[in-house]
Amino acid sequence: MVTRTVRIGSSHGLHARPAKLFTQAAAAAPGPVTIAKGDGKPVNAASILGVISLGVEHGDYVTLSTDAEGAEATLDELTELLVTDHDES
Amino acid sequence: MRIAGTGIGQGVATGRVALMPEPLATPSDAQSTIGVEAEKARSVESLGRVARALEERGATAGGTARDVLEAQAMMAEDPTLSDSIDELLGQGKTAERAVSEAFAAFRDQLAAMGGYLGERAADLDDVAQRVIADLLGVPAPGVPELDEPFVLVARDLAPADTALLDLDKVLALVTSDGGPTSHTAILAREKSIVAIVGAADALSLDEGQTVVVDAAAGVVVADPSADEVASAEARIAERAALVDAPATPGALADGTAVPLLANLGSSKAAQAAADGGAEGVGLFRTEFLFLDAGGSAPTIEEQRAHYVELLEAFPGKKVVVRLLDAGADKPLAFLNDAHEENPALGLRGLRALRVSEDILREQLTALAEADKRTSADLWVMAPMVSTVEETEYIVGLSKELGLKTAGIMVEVPSIALMADKVFETADFASIGTNDLTQYTLAADRLLGSVASFQDPWHPAVLRLVGEVGASGARASKPVGICGEAAADPLLAVVLVGLGATTLSMSPSALADVRASLARYTLDEARRLAETALAASGAAEARAAVTAALESLKETHS
Repeated sequence: MVTRTVRIGSSHGLHARPAKLFTQAAAAAPGPVTIAKGDGKPVNAASILGVISLGVEHGDYVTLSTDAEGAEATLDELTELLVTDHDES
Repeated sequence: MRIAGTGIGQGVATGRVALMPEPLATPSDAQSTIGVEAEKARSVESLGRVARALEERGATAGGTARDVLEAQAMMAEDPTLSDSIDELLGQGKTAERAVSEAFAAFRDQLAAMGGYLGERAADLDDVAQRVIADLLGVPAPGVPELDEPFVLVARDLAPADTALLDLDKVLALVTSDGGPTSHTAILAREKSIVAIVGAADALSLDEGQTVVVDAAAGVVVADPSADEVASAEARIAERAALVDAPATPGALADGTAVPLLANLGSSKAAQAAADGGAEGVGLFRTEFLFLDAGGSAPTIEEQRAHYVELLEAFPGKKVVVRLLDAGADKPLAFLNDAHEENPALGLRGLRALRVSEDILREQLTALAEADKRTSADLWVMAPMVSTVEETEYIVGLSKELGLKTAGIMVEVPSIALMADKVFETADFASIGTNDLTQYTLAADRLLGSVASFQDPWHPAVLRLVGEVGASGARASKPVGICGEAAADPLLAVVLVGLGATTLSMSPSALADVRASLARYTLDEARRLAETALAASGAAEARAAVTAALESLKETHS
């Protein structure tokens, strides 16, 4: 199991558009990925409802986990999405 | 066939009817008769079909709508939701029922989290309704999506429906329920949409039937004759010419100036309002700046940039900015996160700002800085002021931070009754008729069951307006109106008769109000005001003023 803890960069947290982008990427990953907020219960990262209902805000820490093939590359890609501020325009 | 109802405004429209599908009932909890596997196949198929349709609409819509629609498509095919639907199907429920229950569980979870997540709850409801409609083989509820413009006929419209309304497609609104103060009527007035509400027989109209909707006469004519259509089209052209006519400053027939100002919610709309003939801004709402900034207040620099953009659209003109008005209908967690039993009577408006004085000081500072950089005449006013002490506080603080003109909003009866004392300190007052009506009649303006009380024509409200108008005149200080009431062409005349010196409204209402004011002298407006004050209720006041106008018309001709 590969895990990574990331600080959320999006100024609106992980809902609306950032949640959509993140779940789309997680769904496209080669295997199941989970996301947990703080010490909370992990949820399926490919579930937009699961991700939104974590109520993740800007600056919160989340932990991504996967044991699928290419885990490191998958987590690199997802981390990139989480640290980016998608609401900046 | 002619169907009578209450017309909103003076407009007329003609076109084909599109009926708004009825909201779906919650599917019954009867056991499935076709078995778990068959129900599962049905639900997967419908969820997929709805997701594809949403994606398709997203691709057509583009922009931010695309993101919302794509997110909705993902919700329909969400793996967690699908697990929960499968579990419910395993208990022998029908696909309709399982979809309904599974969505509702997530919906409640999101709604309970509030804020942004609460908004996602409405998105989820919409997806659920679409899927259930697909399973039942009935049209999806909500505003119909047609290529051609149409006359929308509905029982009544909910705020969620009107938010999605594509105004370019809607020629007119006709509802069987609701009165002149319903959400539909308010929307119609705000956006200048031709509307007839409370037309009880409207639901007997057929999809695609041609109608003439005459708001001035309060009648829908089904299957009109060629003459009736031609006469409607002539009136539509006449009104279009009125709107396109060069906008003159607002004035009564005797030349008394009544500046017509715009209500704005964002600096982006400022230029369009100025182009549309607004002589300034009578109400600039600043909530959006704070709502858009997410969980915290925007910085002084961010605020200043927005204010500068706004002020630059009105060089040399008056711009009245309302300080942050967090409250019952627009909560901002960083100002007041506490649950209140009666939020309309709670820590809102100036009360909330005073508790977070740093946010208030930052906003005033940003405004003062923007004022220095531009040539507009900036006024600031505080919302939800209920005492003279609060008036002294906010006027004092505004001046201390460099603002030249500071006043208050009159939304609470207590402050209307104390208007003479208010003008000893405040430079001006602006009456917010929506809240003033809610507080005077003790009827929550967000609660449908008491909506009939929310009528600014009520003489109790008008007497309070008169109180403020008279005190303002004695102190030689301006009294503005910035509520819904100012956009009603007839009530606008009454308000001027009660002492209002400026009227502020959504820019789309300016042309009709301008034309209405130009028909009466100040003396006539005062007499109409007395007629309204002497009535026993809102409907009686409206009827008495309408009757008085008829006799005025006769003397004019």
